[in-house]
Amino acid sequence: METLLAIVIGVLYAAGLYLMMRRSIVKLVLGLGLIGHAANLLIFVTGRVQRGSSAVIPPDQTVLVAPFPDPVPQALILTAIVIGFGTQAFALVLLKRAYQAVKTDDMDAMNTTDR
Amino acid sequence: MAQSEITQADSQSPLMAWAMRGGIGWVLSILPLSLTLYFASLLPTITSGTVLRVSYTWIPSLGVDFAFIVDGLSLTFVLLVLGIGTLVVLYAGGYMAGDRQIGRFYLYLFLFMGAMVGLVLADNLITLFVFWELTSISSYLLIGYKHAYYSSRSSALQALLITGAGGLALLAGLVLLGIAAETQTISELGSRHELIVNSGLYAPILILVLIGAFTKSAQFPFQFWLPGAMAAPTPVSAYLHSATMVKAGVFLLARLNPALGDTPAWQITLTVFGAITMALGAYLAVSQTDLKRILAFTTVSSLGTLVMLIGIGGEHGIVAMMVFLIVHSLYKGCLFMVAGNIDHETGSRDVSILSGLRREMPITFGAAALAALSMAGLPPLLGFVGKELIYESTLDARFAAAAVTTVAVASNILMIVAAGMVAVRPFLPTGTTRHSTPRHPHEPPISMWLGPAVLATLSAVFGLFVVQVMQPIVTQGAAAILGEAVEVKLKLLPTSITGYFLLSVLTIALGIVSYLYARPALMQAGKATRGALEDGFVNGFTDLVNNTQAFARWITRALQSGYLRRYVLITIGAVVSVASAALLTRADLSAIRLFDTPLFLWETATILVILAGVALVLRARSRLTAIAGLGTVGFGITLIFFFFGAPDLVMTQFSVETLSVLLFILILYRLPIFTTISHRYSRLRDGIVAGLAGLLMTMITLLTIAGEELKPLTPFYAEASYVEARGRNVVNVILVDFRGIDTMGEITVLGIASLGIYLLLTLRLAPADGQAEAEDSTGKEQL
Amino acid sequence: MKRRPASVIFATGARYILPLMLLFAFFILLRGHNEPGGGFIGGLVVACGFALFALAYSVADARQILRVDPIQLIGWGLLLALLSGLLSLLLGLPFMTGLWPDFAIPAIGKVGTPTIFDVAVFLVVIGVVLNVVFSLAES
Repeated sequence: METLLAIVIGVLYAAGLYLMMRRSIVKLVLGLGLIGHAANLLIFVTGRVQRGSSAVIPPDQTVLVAPFPDPVPQALILTAIVIGFGTQAFALVLLKRAYQAVKTDDMDAMNTTDR
Repeated sequence: MAQSEITQADSQSPLMAWAMRGGIGWVLSILPLSLTLYFASLLPTITSGTVLRVSYTWIPSLGVDFAFIVDGLSLTFVLLVLGIGTLVVLYAGGYMAGDRQIGRFYLYLFLFMGAMVGLVLADNLITLFVFWELTSISSYLLIGYKHAYYSSRSSALQALLITGAGGLALLAGLVLLGIAAETQTISELGSRHELIVNSGLYAPILILVLIGAFTKSAQFPFQFWLPGAMAAPTPVSAYLHSATMVKAGVFLLARLNPALGDTPAWQITLTVFGAITMALGAYLAVSQTDLKRILAFTTVSSLGTLVMLIGIGGEHGIVAMMVFLIVHSLYKGCLFMVAGNIDHETGSRDVSILSGLRREMPITFGAAALAALSMAGLPPLLGFVGKELIYESTLDARFAAAAVTTVAVASNILMIVAAGMVAVRPFLPTGTTRHSTPRHPHEPPISMWLGPAVLATLSAVFGLFVVQVMQPIVTQGAAAILGEAVEVKLKLLPTSITGYFLLSVLTIALGIVSYLYARPALMQAGKATRGALEDGFVNGFTDLVNNTQAFARWITRALQSGYLRRYVLITIGAVVSVASAALLTRADLSAIRLFDTPLFLWETATILVILAGVALVLRARSRLTAIAGLGTVGFGITLIFFFFGAPDLVMTQFSVETLSVLLFILILYRLPIFTTISHRYSRLRDGIVAGLAGLLMTMITLLTIAGEELKPLTPFYAEASYVEARGRNVVNVILVDFRGIDTMGEITVLGIASLGIYLLLTLRLAPADGQAEAEDSTGKEQL
Repeated sequence: MKRRPASVIFATGARYILPLMLLFAFFILLRGHNEPGGGFIGGLVVACGFALFALAYSVADARQILRVDPIQLIGWGLLLALLSGLLSLLLGLPFMTGLWPDFAIPAIGKVGTPTIFDVAVFLVVIGVVLNVVFSLAES
């Protein structure tokens, strides 16, 4: 199972990076989205996956009873998801404004200030 | 435009007008004057052999203290820095009168003064270095003060690059010294001399420290920056390039003499480089026609003398160095100000057209004459005492005494010639017809002649009362440099006819003869060799800088194409190659277990859905299809979280995914459909690089899973979550309690991102299309 | 500024779903300390509800129902988060030490400073998301 998830992570990274190397700024943002998913999944899987149960202490206990899924990567991912949403929204709005300013989504037409 | 109006209005106010006429110099000189008086009040304490120390803890973990020491050496330097500083502040008020930026000038000047005082008082290697760098930076600002001139900027940059590079070497040297001596306190280094010399780090320490000192004090082969720095306003030259900054290197060598000195390497290096600098400076000085350049090269020569004397060492060498240090500061500060007066009053610094100024500028002439006599080493001025001591020590040198003495005599003869060129020639009438100068000369205001007059008088007073005034402080200074108490007996005139007295007489006689008869020949020789000895160094340095910049440009052009995808390609390519190399050589790939846990139908189906979503994004022709694909991936991952016990993540990812799709649709709806604009070849290349990166990530994931489980934090959270934080949902407890500050930072970032989005959307962009042209001018002003 | 809803069914649905979603969000927020949920998730659910409403009617309508400017919500949320952490300083404890009173509020349970902090997160998330969605839809 982990092997399959590892392959999914690799595919997500590869697709995300490939899209980042396109000339269209829209594809760049899509690529960033895929890489965000890949990173979250990477943290999740390398923290070891555990079927069923959850990191919640049962009412009749005071500590987590093994086996339980690791709460640390979950906390990390939760904030990463929300932050990822924030940055993605920012990137999208930037994209929109850039498109309004230069009337193109071709990044080769946007880099005149860079050279 | 508005700003200049304000300046104009200000300058019309009586106070500002008074300040710009030079009055500000009188007020501001109170500060350095009172500090001078304070330090002068310490003289009785210090000359009685006491050493004052004060120390504040700064970076205890690195052994760095903000530590200062007042002993004979630092007190001598502080008094020179502040005393001459007082006169320079006053002088600058007159010299810079009318300058609108005078406030900025004084800011730099006081910054430099403070840095210099800190440098000479420092008792910790790092404290010393910090002030050392501050002097480099503030002198850059001062040399480049007339920033509208290219020559001014370029010589400031040259000085900064050389002293800055030297500063880096010095930092490395001082850190190594601290390691070798096991202390950063300078006053403790002397007692660890053996430890340092035998530590194996001695050679690198010596080389690095000497690079620092030689660059700062303009020693061969770095001597060329000092004449270049003459682009500075004359008050700056009088201060930085006579008495203070260029002496910082000499100070450093003197300060570290107890720690690093007394070895053949130290003695030979300092003596040889000092002697070369001394001779080269004197030789080049007499072929100049610009007053300030003559003075600059004689300064180079004098700095060489000082370094040589430290190299010769011993009681004789060090006492001679201490006396000559004071001699030189007094007469050189005076002569620079004299040069400034001549320049200021006549509009020219060219000695070949200046003559007969004696009548118009009598006080300036008097000061110049006294200073020049001290420079030439005639009794009863202090310069004579200095010259006697120099010969005494060169005759006494532990190696090559004859050669060193010969070089010293030759240099001193040339110095007499230079003294005549600076202080005699412009003032006395020459046989030829008098050239007209750009301005009709007259005596400058009191603020400009007081400084030279005071310094010249001191040269005479210190000479006449050498036993009473000089002996006590020189004794303590020499003791600090040698690291042991010494008994010094100074005298103005020798009591018997000694070898060095005869040398002095010979020097003076030959000097006067050379001034009268050999000047054209010296000028000729200097001009003939100028290409190699003067311009050669400058050009070599310029080439070095240009080649470095060309190399940097080449690298930049190769890497920074301005195309984002190229940056991504280079970065990913580099990461993949380095990481793959590490993976293939270091990692144990056999540990990977491919078929560990069984496959469940629903999980496998979800993974297939995710892969299909990725394919949809990659192959999409329309934006909506791509968004749908991205959403599929996101909801698929939500399911993965669901299968593996992360209900919080399921809910978060689900809502975020919904909102993301909404946002994408809101924004991307109006954009054009995708077109294939890249070449088939580049798509293939990008695909290979991206594919390799993906493969790498898969391998890393598999290796991590196969490795040992390292979860140092998890057991703590599992146990403390309810008992200590009263929460059963461990994920939530981590977020709002254990790692609450992280979360607070995160929501702050979210808030900022949201505000940024709001501003981006409400900001009115300057129109970029055709209609912009009409509004162009107004649009630019708003920006 | 009122415009006709996109679809009558959608609009009617949105009108009834919004209060339900808000209720659900508060439930998720408050139980978050002991069961899956919390401020992040609750905030996202509220934001989803209002975004849905804005789609069905108009942004102006949604803003009117929300009553508060989303940007102000961000500010209040951040302030509340800071205050919840500062409370422990008054007792001489380190910043953000969790404090729990001994009594419980009926129907809600014990409210400690981490709960207040979670509410702050809730407010910030609502503000951030709605600010983005509203200003985008308006431009």
